[in-house]
Amino acid sequence: MKLIAIIFTAIFINNYVMSQFLGICPFLGVSKKVETAAGMGIAVTFVMALASAAAWLAYNYILIPLGLEYLYNIAFILIIASLVQFVEMFIKKSSPSLYQALGVFLPLITTNCAVLGVAVSNMQAGYNFIESVVNGVGGALGFLLAIVLFAGIRERIARNKLLPSIQGFPIALISAGLMSIAFLGFSGLSL
Amino acid sequence: MKQNPAKIIMNGLLTENPTFVQVIGMCPTLAVTTGAMNGLGMGLSVTAVLTCSNLFISLIRKFVPDEIRIPSFIVVIATFVTIVQLVLKAYIPALDSALGLYIPLIVVNCLILARAEAFASKNDPVSSALDGIGMGLGFTVALTAIGIVREILGTGAVFGVTILPEAFPKTIAMILPPGAFFTLAALMVIVNKIKASKAEA
Repeated sequence: MKLIAIIFTAIFINNYVMSQFLGICPFLGVSKKVETAAGMGIAVTFVMALASAAAWLAYNYILIPLGLEYLYNIAFILIIASLVQFVEMFIKKSSPSLYQALGVFLPLITTNCAVLGVAVSNMQAGYNFIESVVNGVGGALGFLLAIVLFAGIRERIARNKLLPSIQGFPIALISAGLMSIAFLGFSGLSL
Repeated sequence: MKQNPAKIIMNGLLTENPTFVQVIGMCPTLAVTTGAMNGLGMGLSVTAVLTCSNLFISLIRKFVPDEIRIPSFIVVIATFVTIVQLVLKAYIPALDSALGLYIPLIVVNCLILARAEAFASKNDPVSSALDGIGMGLGFTVALTAIGIVREILGTGAVFGVTILPEAFPKTIAMILPPGAFFTLAALMVIVNKIKASKAEA
C-alpha cells in the first residue's frame, strides 16, 4: 500500500516538473514535438530508476560506513554522470535503433536536476531500497506525463499567430503555468 | 585575452542576463522565488559558487585534458556547492531550510557548467572570476525581481514587510507553482518589448 501511495504521490501530487520545478530545462528545451518529448521522457525514466538504485546503494553501503555522508552531493553527481555514460554505451551496443531515437538526449540527462533531485530526496526521506526505486520510477513517469502533455499543447500553439514579444518562451511559460494549475488540483489529496 | 572588467560584469548583468536572455538555470529560478528573501539568498549562493568555480577552473584549465574536462568541472562545482551548503547550515540555518533541496541542486544548475565551459576554460583567472560575479549578480537580480513580484501579489509584503493594505486581495496562486510560470512569462514579455523598441530606435 505504501508503494502505491509513493508512486501516486510522485506522479501526480508532487509532480517533479509541475510542483517541484525539477527538470525544467529539458521540459522547456525538448518539448516542441510530442515524439522527441516522449523519447526524452523514456530516457529519463530509465536513468532515474537506475540512479535511484545506485545512489541508494552508494549512500548506505559506502558513504555511511565511512562516515562521509556530507560528501553525498559529489558522490551522487559522479554516479549519475558515469551512469549516463554507461547507459549510452550500453544502448549503443545492444540496440542501435533505440540509440538512434534516444542518442541526443542521453548526455543532456546528466544536467537534468530531476535525476539528482530524486536521489537527494530519497536520501532525505529515508526511503529503503525498494521505495527509492519506486519513487524514482514514479517521479520519472510524472516527468514523462508532463513533458508529453506539454509538447502536445506547444504543437498546437505553434500553428497560431501571436504577438512577437510573447512568442517562444513567454507563451510556453504561460501554458506551463496553466498546466500547473491543473496539477494543483491533485494537491488536496494526501496519501 | 584581456578584457575590460566593467564590460565583463555588465555582460552578465544585462547583455547576456542568464535568466531573461539566455534562459538557463530555470529550475531554482522558478522553485525558490516564493519570496524576495529566498530569491536573493539563492542568487547569492549561486554567485558564490559560480565565482569560486570559475576562478578555480580557469586556474586548472591548462592541466586538465580535454576529454575529461566536463567531469572535472562537475567535481569542482560540487565541491564548492558542498562548502556553501555547510556554511549556510552553520550560519544561516533559516535560509538553508527554506531553500532545502535546491542548495545541493546548484550542482546541476546549467548556468554554472555553461560559464565554466564557455568562459572559464578559455580565459584568465581574473576575467573568469569577474564573469562569475557578473553572471551571478544578473541571476540574483532576476531571482529577486521574480521573488518581489510574487511576494507582493501573493502576500502583500516585500522581504517580509507588509506594504499593501489589508483590503487588497491576495492572490495565493502567485506563491504556488503556477505563479512562478506566470511571473517569469510576464517579466520576459517586458524584457522582449524593451529589446524590440531598442532595436527599432
